Amino acid sequence: MASDKIIKSRFFFEDEVEEKLAEVPTEEPDSWQADEKLAKVGKPYSRIDGYDKVSGTARYAFDMHLPNMAQAKTLRCPLAHARIKGIDTRKAEKLSGVLAVLTHRNTPEIKWYGTSFLFDTHLRYEGDEVACVIAETESIAEQAIKLINVDYEELDHVVDAKEAMQDSAPKLYDSGNIRNGEPGTYSRGEVEKGFAQADTVIEDTYRTQIAIHNPTEVHCSVVNWDGDRLTVWDSTQGIFRVRDGVANSLNIPLNSVRVIKKYMGGGFGSKLEAGKYTVMAALAAKQIGRPVRITLDRKEMNLAVGNRPDSVQTLKGGVKKDGTLTALFHHSYGAIGAHPSNAQCSWPLKSMYKCDNVKVEEYSVYINAGRARPFRAPGHVQGFFALESLLDDLAEKINMDPLEFRLKNYADKDQVYNIPYTSKVLREAYQKGADAIGWQNRSEKPGSGRGPVKRGIGMSSQIWWGGGGPPAYATLKLNRDGTLRVIAGTQDIGTGTYTFMAQVAAEALELPMEKVEVILGDTAVAPYCGASGGSTTAPSVSPAVRNAAENMKAKLISGAAAHLEVPESQLTYQKGMVNHKTNTDKSIAIDQLVREMGEQVMVSIGKRGANPEGYMINTFGAQFADVQVDTETGKIRVNKIVAAHDIGRVLNVKTLENQMHGGVIQGLSFALMEERVIDRYTGKVVTFNMHDYKMPTIMDMPDIEMFIVSGGDPKISSTGVKGVGEPAMIPTPAAIANAVYNAIGVRIKQLPMTPDKVLNALYR
Amino acid sequence: MHTIINKKQITLSDPMLDKNLLEFIRENLDLTGTKNGCGIGMCGSCMVLVDDKPVQACRKTVRHIVGKKLLTIEGMALADGNLHPLQQAFVDAGAIQCGFCTPGMVLAAHALLLKNNQPSRDQIRKAIHNNLCRCTGYQQIVDAIEQAAHYYRSQRNTSMHTHKIQHTVADSTSQ
Ligand code: FES
Ligand code: FES
Repeated sequence: MASDKIIKSRFFFEDEVEEKLAEVPTEEPDSWQADEKLAKVGKPYSRIDGYDKVSGTARYAFDMHLPNMAQAKTLRCPLAHARIKGIDTRKAEKLSGVLAVLTHRNTPEIKWYGTSFLFDTHLRYEGDEVACVIAETESIAEQAIKLINVDYEELDHVVDAKEAMQDSAPKLYDSGNIRNGEPGTYSRGEVEKGFAQADTVIEDTYRTQIAIHNPTEVHCSVVNWDGDRLTVWDSTQGIFRVRDGVANSLNIPLNSVRVIKKYMGGGFGSKLEAGKYTVMAALAAKQIGRPVRITLDRKEMNLAVGNRPDSVQTLKGGVKKDGTLTALFHHSYGAIGAHPSNAQCSWPLKSMYKCDNVKVEEYSVYINAGRARPFRAPGHVQGFFALESLLDDLAEKINMDPLEFRLKNYADKDQVYNIPYTSKVLREAYQKGADAIGWQNRSEKPGSGRGPVKRGIGMSSQIWWGGGGPPAYATLKLNRDGTLRVIAGTQDIGTGTYTFMAQVAAEALELPMEKVEVILGDTAVAPYCGASGGSTTAPSVSPAVRNAAENMKAKLISGAAAHLEVPESQLTYQKGMVNHKTNTDKSIAIDQLVREMGEQVMVSIGKRGANPEGYMINTFGAQFADVQVDTETGKIRVNKIVAAHDIGRVLNVKTLENQMHGGVIQGLSFALMEERVIDRYTGKVVTFNMHDYKMPTIMDMPDIEMFIVSGGDPKISSTGVKGVGEPAMIPTPAAIANAVYNAIGVRIKQLPMTPDKVLNALYR
Repeated sequence: MHTIINKKQITLSDPMLDKNLLEFIRENLDLTGTKNGCGIGMCGSCMVLVDDKPVQACRKTVRHIVGKKLLTIEGMALADGNLHPLQQAFVDAGAIQCGFCTPGMVLAAHALLLKNNQPSRDQIRKAIHNNLCRCTGYQQIVDAIEQAAHYYRSQRNTSMHTHKIQHTVADSTSQ
């Protein structure tokens, strides 16, 4: 077998470039062609873990229960900004059933966020960790928390990005509240010249809110020590990240930490890193010599484990009469909370449309609130809302159909790196979407509908990365009975990874699906794969599985050649058999071969190949919204969303539909209802439970029609897959906003578009 | 004092009665299929059936099930471990992503179909409007329930009493 090589792999994970050394195969199977007829891949197989989830046997980290297990709860800072002057835990410790209380005084100084510690005496937001109580039961731990006496020195706080940028604002860090002390900038061409060439220039400011991931399963871990070895069951999107984070924090070898995640109740970006809670539980478990379970409650979820930063985006666009975009300018700031994160949201403007003159200036600002984390298409959801609102206004100014305007400025190559795309099938998406929503019937005069309930149609484009890349590895084990096990260090976060992995293996080895089982989410047994974020899981790991399957075939042919005493070149692999090309007597079934070889299992390893040099990999799409706005109540109802996307090859139609629908409703929710609200005087979050933090139920669902306009993209990988998790959400809010404008003729420039904002816009 | 949990009679003692029903189910009975998503009656992930009616377990105490029948997700599957047709419909229709909301959804749907085996899509929506799903777009859940209704109708047609639909399951609920 050809030897493999190590390369420097770079690809986008969420909205940042990740660079890693990766081992890639030097030889790969021919890529499946765009329209290749495949037997298993692309078919609507039901989830192979479906039984576990509908029967209740699926054990989430939340459900893990070990003998003699203790329970932990966290005391969090009740103030927006404070310093601990003193802390008295004696009463709590005396409470019957309390096993340990951890604070900054009795734990090692463990660095966190690069700017702080596991337990910091400088508390920078409501929800910052102060102490952790371990007790026989959760309710004892909760009682004990109330008995801890903390002497806080209250500090001035700031919870608004704009205020935080002022010199006079309370400082979270000595170096000031602007992350890195300066904005992130980007420019190409000459933006002033571009504006001078324009016939029409529009400048406007758009605002988006802070949103909380709120997966249904709270963040939680169960930890257990065997001597110096630690096992962690965690609700996580990245088992290897948790392993590394926990091992580093505790200063123990990676070998000593095993992280397991079989099922999890959603993450959406909030579970991409090791949590403080896990490390606290591990410290406590070591101290008391018992397993410990730690869970957050819904309030903690809304304070302390991530959010989508808000944005105030001032955009300026210049356009010629013929629709040519001459210049785009983006200035924005957004609150990232109390610790380093990223509020940038200019990628849509930089990359979606052809435009030679672009300038960007964006600030990530510290405030006294929980730290931001990636949230399903970070930056893009808010960025597209602003960009596409501006684009529609520009189109109207020059009397051009919005869709035609977008087609006029269609980018044929990547605008930032000036390189070609591996594939782009967006025109077809526009066409399909427009037909399905009835674009030609759209009223050209916004707000011209009769009666109090007005109907409108709008659209938005989307671009995202989602190409994934190496490193990603998979192991296959072939058993004596011909059944196959696929093992990989990725995780199924609800997206259907278990199922498509089985499909790819079954496809490549031509085996029935029932013969394939998949093991994911265990750092101790599975080879490395990246965290599940950035829509990278399927595009990264599916080729690794295919590669492993091809290696398995080669091994089987080699084994059959030795057994049958014929040259390898005379043998081929088909449907679980190794056959001689001409002599039908000389063939052997793989299960028999494995038995003949006297092995319990045959093992092969597969690797994700390198991405092609000199190309950009992107997903594209367009969504169209049909809405109605009640101009008397201000209520917006979304009747229908049409989602048409280029996501490369579809692995499974059924799980794809889940992803698309789920993305659409999260987008709808961001457009119309979700918002974390902080009281600026107290600096405290007021929307901390599921009653006050509004999320959509079935009653809010529109009709959804979905089109996938792409086939496989053979340039990317042997499977030709791009990701879909994020693309599904990106254009929804913008499409709804444009439809609302089309309905009422007044632009709402701030999300969420709640009835008060609609009425204010209409009657101000 | 007795209660019937997933077809199995168990005895309740006085001090248990004030315990939160969800905690009782998860901790005392070790039935972790019933989830906790909010603890305040807003998400439906703790939904169970008490005398065939949907109840958010996080909002009740054990007292609520005295002398009554409690059904949790573990009591839905058939005695041989095969899925109940409603559960199978969830799998077939792709009505699941992370699955955390699924037990509550299945039970809410079961309660509906026991009393109305020919629900309109609107009635289905109403029946699960207290169940939050953060992952799917709900549509496939409605499809699943609609598909499963056939089964409930066929049970009625073969003149079976609807309660027979609740199959027994060998679980470890006795404590
Ligand atoms: S946990 Fe009971 S309704 Fe949410
Ligand atoms: S499937 Fe994840 S909450 Fe419903």
